[in-house]
Amino acid sequence: MKQLMLGNEAFARGLYEAGCSFVSSYPGTPSTEITEFSAKYKEIYAEWAPNEKVAMESAFGASLAGYRSFCGMKHVGLNVAADPLFTISYTGVNAGMVIAVADDPGMHSSQNEQDSRHYAIAAKIPMLEPSDSAEALKFAKLAYEISEKYDTPVIIKMCTRVAHSQSIIETNERSEVPVKKYEKTPQKYIMMPAYAKARHPVVEARTAALTELAEVSDLNRIDEGIDKSVGIITSSTSYQYVKEVCADKYPVLKLGLINPLPVKKIKDFAAGVGKVIVVEELDDIIETHCKKIGVNATGKELFGYIGEFSQNLIAEKLGFETGEFSTLDVNIPARPPVMCAGCPHRGLFYTLRKNKLNVIGDIGCYTLGAVAPLSAVDTTICMGASVSGLHGFNKISGEEHEAKTVAVIGDSTFMHSGVTGLINIAYNESASTVIILDNSITGMTGHQQNPTTGYNLKGDPCTKINLESLCKSIGIKRVRVVDPYNLQECDTVIKEELAANEPSVIISRRPCALLKYVKHPGPIKADPDKCIGCKSCMRIGCPAISIVDGKAVIDATLCTGCKICSQLCAKDALG
Amino acid sequence: MKTQNIMIVGVGGQGTLLASKLLGKILLKKGYDVKVSEVHGMSQRGGSVVTYVRYGEKVYSPVIDKGEADIILSFEMLEAARWIEYLAKDGRVITNTQQTNPMPVITGATEYPEGLAEKIKSLGIKADCFDALTPAVEAGSSKAVNLVLLGKLSNYFDFSEEDWMQAIEESVPPKFLEINKKAFSAGKNA
Repeated sequence: MKQLMLGNEAFARGLYEAGCSFVSSYPGTPSTEITEFSAKYKEIYAEWAPNEKVAMESAFGASLAGYRSFCGMKHVGLNVAADPLFTISYTGVNAGMVIAVADDPGMHSSQNEQDSRHYAIAAKIPMLEPSDSAEALKFAKLAYEISEKYDTPVIIKMCTRVAHSQSIIETNERSEVPVKKYEKTPQKYIMMPAYAKARHPVVEARTAALTELAEVSDLNRIDEGIDKSVGIITSSTSYQYVKEVCADKYPVLKLGLINPLPVKKIKDFAAGVGKVIVVEELDDIIETHCKKIGVNATGKELFGYIGEFSQNLIAEKLGFETGEFSTLDVNIPARPPVMCAGCPHRGLFYTLRKNKLNVIGDIGCYTLGAVAPLSAVDTTICMGASVSGLHGFNKISGEEHEAKTVAVIGDSTFMHSGVTGLINIAYNESASTVIILDNSITGMTGHQQNPTTGYNLKGDPCTKINLESLCKSIGIKRVRVVDPYNLQECDTVIKEELAANEPSVIISRRPCALLKYVKHPGPIKADPDKCIGCKSCMRIGCPAISIVDGKAVIDATLCTGCKICSQLCAKDALG
Repeated sequence: MKTQNIMIVGVGGQGTLLASKLLGKILLKKGYDVKVSEVHGMSQRGGSVVTYVRYGEKVYSPVIDKGEADIILSFEMLEAARWIEYLAKDGRVITNTQQTNPMPVITGATEYPEGLAEKIKSLGIKADCFDALTPAVEAGSSKAVNLVLLGKLSNYFDFSEEDWMQAIEESVPPKFLEINKKAFSAGKNA
């Protein structure tokens, strides 16, 4: 039966049909739903790991044990998992192992727009690149065949538009694959110098064999075109934009196996057309390959390296017409994402701002603490960087900064890679104050469980890591817990811990306001007789409060009744 | 047939995804090739959100570009204005006139522009601008704005009332079914 399916859901369906039985991932937009949908199949064991490195190593372990395995992550997650990636390339696999990496050109929900194809080249691992949901399903299945036939992990590269677009797929039954026997093979699986030296030639031979596959496989196919003055080489969502604009005017070489790239197939294609144009988002991987093999291709000088492509961009550069449109001569205010009404992070960030602190930030919903009017974050780099960054900042500058600088990190991000930074603070003794924003969920990516929530991916109760005990066991003697809805308490505790001349952790604890089990008291009312229009309540950037005709007004459809604003009102007008 | 393009725009949390899900379902059933593109993650948190629905004989791109949308279905007045350049020359805007202030307006950094509906119409654009919130509240929930808008949108399709009702039944939980059906009918007649 035909179904409309999200790219990520189709990917999960492909895993299921391929007989995958082990999934371990860390959430990250736009990759998260592959793992969430995998977990819906009872035949698949699926889990959230604390980070991508752990996920990939666990998936490798499952493959070693003889079970088809998978791990998924966003592009920056692959940076975290790069260490096992490069060496699993050498060991190869036992049962098939597939890795999904989801790039985010245009940075809809990311801190950079790195191109993950570089990893496939650098680690010498085959990479497939689907262009819609049907291919996501098909490629996931094919990836296991390639993985087992060529003894290699296989990366499937998604991007936001393939991951988060629905297109039509058809499902099939699951193939039950026999479990492979685990046999001790030290020369293959122990990567110490003597054995690793023997494996590197195996990897090179594998790349040569995979290049042969790239020459003959229909993963790399040609869509014929009428006008051979131009030939286009493309892949992924760029292929869809090209076809949208050109239909069957120009011949198109559509690449599905993006590493290693074919040589003869590209040369033959180029020989049959006039000008070769490469259409690829982000870096010039295909274009550079073409030039390296002596094919004179044009690409980046037309389309550039930055952001997402679109059909209009392709049309304009290839000389096609684009649609006319009307322009409104009005200044349209931006609508940036904001912390939700009732968000527990709000009270904490207000306190940090009020005390004019330096705030070393991290990755999560609370990155929004950087936005006006809270404007409370100084820097954000990557997962876990707040805690380690704070240590360096304080250690070298000492008293100059220690008493007015904090790190903020969410519960899930702390588990991901903040805890190692905290060990450094304890071990190398900086008088640093780390604030763990414990909202009992992984918020930004859409409410995933993590080791501190007490539930696993399947929703079953499980071991709950206790943050207080963990911090204390590392050697942090000062561990405090505050309620971020209580501004006075936050202020007092933050001041005390900053004044202490030793490492400390403040756990700001309150569940995400959007969690279904959280019961809110309900909207408060603004009393227009008491309100003097001082706008003190506007300093917290709550979307439920606005000033109408000089008086505070509460949007009852948004307000949860957290009463952070009430604590700022000197006239008791909000209650 | 030429691929048809419908953009659904609004503010994160307004229920735009249900509208595109429902539309996708009904178009698939009618035998069209369909692509629906969504935005997840960071931009959902009260930010400007857009969903693209494209259908026809063969659909390639999952997104809609400037000058391509046959219909823009907008959940909020400012969002209709924000995306107006995406409308094709003879396209139609269907918009809720409800206003939700973005943060720069809330903080007083800028003002919510006035008279947007009139300004859009003055460009010669076909525009259905109406209050979708009141009928939603009358149907039983302010959250049913999406079904009110979908009801209005249904007037521009050849599908029967039964087709729509079936898609609604398949897309919303049973306990909200009556509210949603009522909201849809209210929107259709608005």
